[in-house]
Amino acid sequence: MMKTRKIILHESQIMKIHYITAIAALFVVAVHILMRLIMPYSMSLQYENVVVNYHNIPYALLLESILVLIAIHGFNGLRVILLEFRQNEIWENGITIFTIAAMIAIIAYGTRTIIMANQLGL
Amino acid sequence: MKEIIKKIGMIKNGNRKDDNNRKEILRNNVVVKVFRANRSKGDFVSYDSFEVPVQRWTTVLEALLYAKSYLDSSIGIRYSCRMASCGSCGMKINGIPRLACYTKISELEGSTITCEPLANFPLIRDLVTDFSQFFNHHKKMQPYIHNENSVMTDSKKLIEFKQSVEEVDKYLQFSYCIKCGLCYSACPTVATDTKFPGPQALSQAYRYYADTRDNDTKERLNIVDEKHGIWRCHFAGSCSTVCPKGVDPALGIQLLRGHLMGFSKNEKKIAKLHNRSTS
Amino acid sequence: MERSKESDYDRNNREGLKGWLNPSRYGWERISYWLQRLTGVFLLIYFIGHVYETSSLTRGPDAWSAMLELTQTPWGHLFLILVIGTSTFHSANGIRLIFTHAGKGLGKPGRPDYPYDAMSLNYRQKSGIWVALILAAVAMLYGSSVLLGGE
Repeated sequence: MMKTRKIILHESQIMKIHYITAIAALFVVAVHILMRLIMPYSMSLQYENVVVNYHNIPYALLLESILVLIAIHGFNGLRVILLEFRQNEIWENGITIFTIAAMIAIIAYGTRTIIMANQLGL
Repeated sequence: MKEIIKKIGMIKNGNRKDDNNRKEILRNNVVVKVFRANRSKGDFVSYDSFEVPVQRWTTVLEALLYAKSYLDSSIGIRYSCRMASCGSCGMKINGIPRLACYTKISELEGSTITCEPLANFPLIRDLVTDFSQFFNHHKKMQPYIHNENSVMTDSKKLIEFKQSVEEVDKYLQFSYCIKCGLCYSACPTVATDTKFPGPQALSQAYRYYADTRDNDTKERLNIVDEKHGIWRCHFAGSCSTVCPKGVDPALGIQLLRGHLMGFSKNEKKIAKLHNRSTS
Repeated sequence: MERSKESDYDRNNREGLKGWLNPSRYGWERISYWLQRLTGVFLLIYFIGHVYETSSLTRGPDAWSAMLELTQTPWGHLFLILVIGTSTFHSANGIRLIFTHAGKGLGKPGRPDYPYDAMSLNYRQKSGIWVALILAAVAMLYGSSVLLGGE
């Protein structure tokens, strides 16, 4: 029995989000990687230095934005790849639910890390 | 930068030898390995080898027809025009989809030429495949002019759409498609996605989108804006690599997507009807 | 003799996943499609692992040190160099794909003539693939100098 589903987002809108998150992520990830220039690599991985980063609110917001943008872009990309494997209602609905759930899960888990690290005293 | 790109192009084409400077491998005879299976009989797949004498310009189709005429008349093969005009003889030759009549033995390497049916099409027998789903995808794109203003019933009026040469050039190359199915066979998305229309159908969607005689551009975009529509094309370019007529379906699909994304503006002016009897 | 599978017939003799292997049959654009997918999936797996490994921060300095012991090893460094290379390729090729998907850089339709070479497979956008590969190699070299060179 084929149920006609209401289209919440057209595929063109989903793909526009995919491209926009790609370009935005490029900038924020570049900043995240270039942070290594502020001190020697091995020093930058020490516990205290890492926690200090999370206390810096703009940087914490940057990390949050990376989390959201990459989660959306990555899982949408996975959805696109998986949609091409099988074309039946169960598989397609399953993929949609899985990717949305995975996005929410990883954003939630990452945000938890950022908030808890921000509250950490040294 | 342009100079560097031009030089790379010249280096790439530099070691070709024939009239277009392509490398020719001359042989007196060649072994043609043909895929054999009869779907309706539930046959196992097997390969039969035939040794065929060849000359400088013998095509794969001629070699196969020699094998069929003198060695094994049961070979199933589809062909018609023998001049890359009808698109009937599409098959996988040494792993790549090509037209058998358009492929010379001398341009293929190795002493064995393997001929298999086109991938991504249901098999009927040996080298013959079923094109119904391919044509259904094409029909879904509504491959005809949508223009409610054109009056076709009144035969006394001689009317025509006025189109300039520049307007025709915008879609002309896509109209050269012979529906041979090579692009559909080469496409990596078609390899796994049964609902994807394929490069041929999508490039024909652009052919009608770009035609100034057609005035239903919104509907044409809606047809392709689907989960398994134009968005499942990833510009792997294999379709354009194998197209024998220079249709370049990849170009058509990306141009259509540019319009769908809003990157390219639709500057099409709908062609006006011209009454020839009063000219 | 190969056994014919009924499942092959059901799915229209489609190449399936096997069709994705050996991208070199069809030229550079097919190779870049293959690499873009491969690097994308790899980076997604890395991303999930990275979000998990950085969460060890919340469990205190000991958990963080244990995580560092696991990752700051020669194999860990090599893996990270691979991540640097794949992310550079995926980003640079991705930018090229955004342009080409929008129909830019592919030329205009015209009147095809023998040998019917495709306008869209021109060197201008093809060179984007090579630039992406070169940038990835350069990034990996820089990454190796930092991670393996000691800093």
